[in-house]
Amino acid sequence: MIVQGITGKYGSAHTKLMLEYGTNIVAGVTPGKGGQKFDDEIPIYDSIKDAVDNSGAQISIMFVPAKFFLSAAKEALDSGIKLLVAIPEHVPIRDAMEVIELAKQKNAIVIGPNTPGVIIPNLIKVGIMPASPFSLGKIAVLSKSGTLLYEISNNLTSAGFGQSITIGIGGDPVNGTRMIDAFDMVKDDPGLEGMVIVGEIGGDSEEILAQHIIDIDFKKPIVGYIAGRRAPKEKRMGHAGAIVMGTYGSAESKIAMFAKANIPVAKRPGEIAILLAGKMNSQ
Amino acid sequence: MRLLEYQAKELFKEFGIRTPESISSTDIEKGRNDAKILDYPFVIKAQVPVGGRGKAGGIQRCNNDDEFEIKYPQILDMSIKGEKTRAILLEKMADIEKELYLSLFLNRSKRCYTIIASSDGGVEIESVKNQTIRDIGLGDVDDEVAKEVANEIGLNDKQESEFVDMLKRLSKLTIEKEAELAEINPLAILKDGTLIALDGKIMTDDNSNFRHEELLKYQEKSELEEQAEKSGFSLVELDGNIAVIGNGAGLVMSTFDMLADNGGKPAAFLDVGGSATTESVYEALTLISKMKKVKGILVNLYGGIVKTTTVASAFIQAYNSNLIDLPVFARMMGSESDKAKEMLSNTKTKMFDSVEEAINSVVLEVNKSG
Repeated sequence: MIVQGITGKYGSAHTKLMLEYGTNIVAGVTPGKGGQKFDDEIPIYDSIKDAVDNSGAQISIMFVPAKFFLSAAKEALDSGIKLLVAIPEHVPIRDAMEVIELAKQKNAIVIGPNTPGVIIPNLIKVGIMPASPFSLGKIAVLSKSGTLLYEISNNLTSAGFGQSITIGIGGDPVNGTRMIDAFDMVKDDPGLEGMVIVGEIGGDSEEILAQHIIDIDFKKPIVGYIAGRRAPKEKRMGHAGAIVMGTYGSAESKIAMFAKANIPVAKRPGEIAILLAGKMNSQ
Repeated sequence: MRLLEYQAKELFKEFGIRTPESISSTDIEKGRNDAKILDYPFVIKAQVPVGGRGKAGGIQRCNNDDEFEIKYPQILDMSIKGEKTRAILLEKMADIEKELYLSLFLNRSKRCYTIIASSDGGVEIESVKNQTIRDIGLGDVDDEVAKEVANEIGLNDKQESEFVDMLKRLSKLTIEKEAELAEINPLAILKDGTLIALDGKIMTDDNSNFRHEELLKYQEKSELEEQAEKSGFSLVELDGNIAVIGNGAGLVMSTFDMLADNGGKPAAFLDVGGSATTESVYEALTLISKMKKVKGILVNLYGGIVKTTTVASAFIQAYNSNLIDLPVFARMMGSESDKAKEMLSNTKTKMFDSVEEAINSVVLEVNKSG
């Protein structure tokens, strides 16, 4: 895996944490610092193309400022990156849409922007999440929010529900990997025993996922959570995507669709493990 | 950002979308002058960032000076759904034959722009019937699509070509200004058969503000919100008396929901960002200390990588420098929480193991103090 923006304060701190977790980082990119080494070990290149050509890696995690996301992401996809995990927050929607369009053409996957990343416990951490909440198990967790993902995974871990994988969708209006895409990535894992979907107000990705779950008649236990039930309308609640416009994006609409798909929705994060246990026992 | 009607109309004019003659003002002296230029009769329209102003009395016809002297100040002083009137738009009335609906909006799930048009306009989008919907990629509308939409909502001949022109201009505006929504509602057919934008709503992508200096004059931010933005926080001010601070938008929303479920009234939503530091929490407390309505502070931090003692230091600093004198109810998840509790044991900060307990206590405390 390659780290774009490896020498920045944030990028370097998280590179160390990912290395500690056992993630195989083989190259870094910082324009102007080509030829140097990160931690005396990982070669740094001036461009992502050099990094890909020399390392053969096809996964990249990006820590570049939002303004540079478009050019850095295009360069990565043009250089052969097939999985791009985009950490930056505040990326303009138009830039995200352009990158997603390019990724489609290149048959590549973009996760984010504004995502905490992906973790497969005990195996690989491609992201900024702390390691402590996660433990290996059979529950997949998909979440728009970062800190809620940690909080809820921690609750699941405490209750004995380890995770097979957790994917941060991101809190932006437009996501490279939507709820439904992330669901499709994990749904066929034969070891999967259940899923937790952590949504929030804004957009309709939860509704569309719920409809998909009904359409394919997915049977494994799923529990949902929707943050922002009590938020005022037409106000952005921290995330660029967390805004209710009329009924578009409202918690009521999401909760109603989850109900149709037979997905119980927890009122508090602390309730999720209990609901999941109930759902699993009843099946 | 959400533009007010007169601001949206300024953009409409810039892009050649026809609007009724109108002039905006924020005080009655300028308003009187505008009235002379415009001449009676006209409508006085409250400029507020919410829908439903017509029903609330925020749009009134004005026929002469006497009416003007009564209605202008009345509408300027008005609050609609909690939003004060920001400005007044005086606008000439139009001879309306029929009201249509037209918008371009960012379709988040499909990750493209979508046109919605209808021959039944003038109501909020949820109530718009007979919607014609077209997905249009990154926002470009060609003649063929525009004509199809025009025909589907029953426009032909000259009206069709006027509609096509207007839709293409709206698409240009959407792309160039990076709008999440550009709505003309109602789009009126006048008695003479021509088309005109009677009202407009535009929301632009805040994350693209850095390349739209020309829009910054429309940005409306309180002093506190500006400070929050400088610190990289996001702040939403509300009418209650409990400030909610946390790290990560999802976690703060969740805390906010639970507080409201338990009878608490949030005064502020403050997200200090995914990672919390002594400095960021101190900054957050500085902002909250300036909000006079706050009677208690609820803190919910998930410090995965952060040590809780780092956060506790911020509170100690805030008490030592007399920044805050308010009771704080905090739940901090992370390492060294026992030590953090000890550090705060003789302060007005109470530490809890669960956010539910912290919420119960803050609600009780604030209700006690009235």
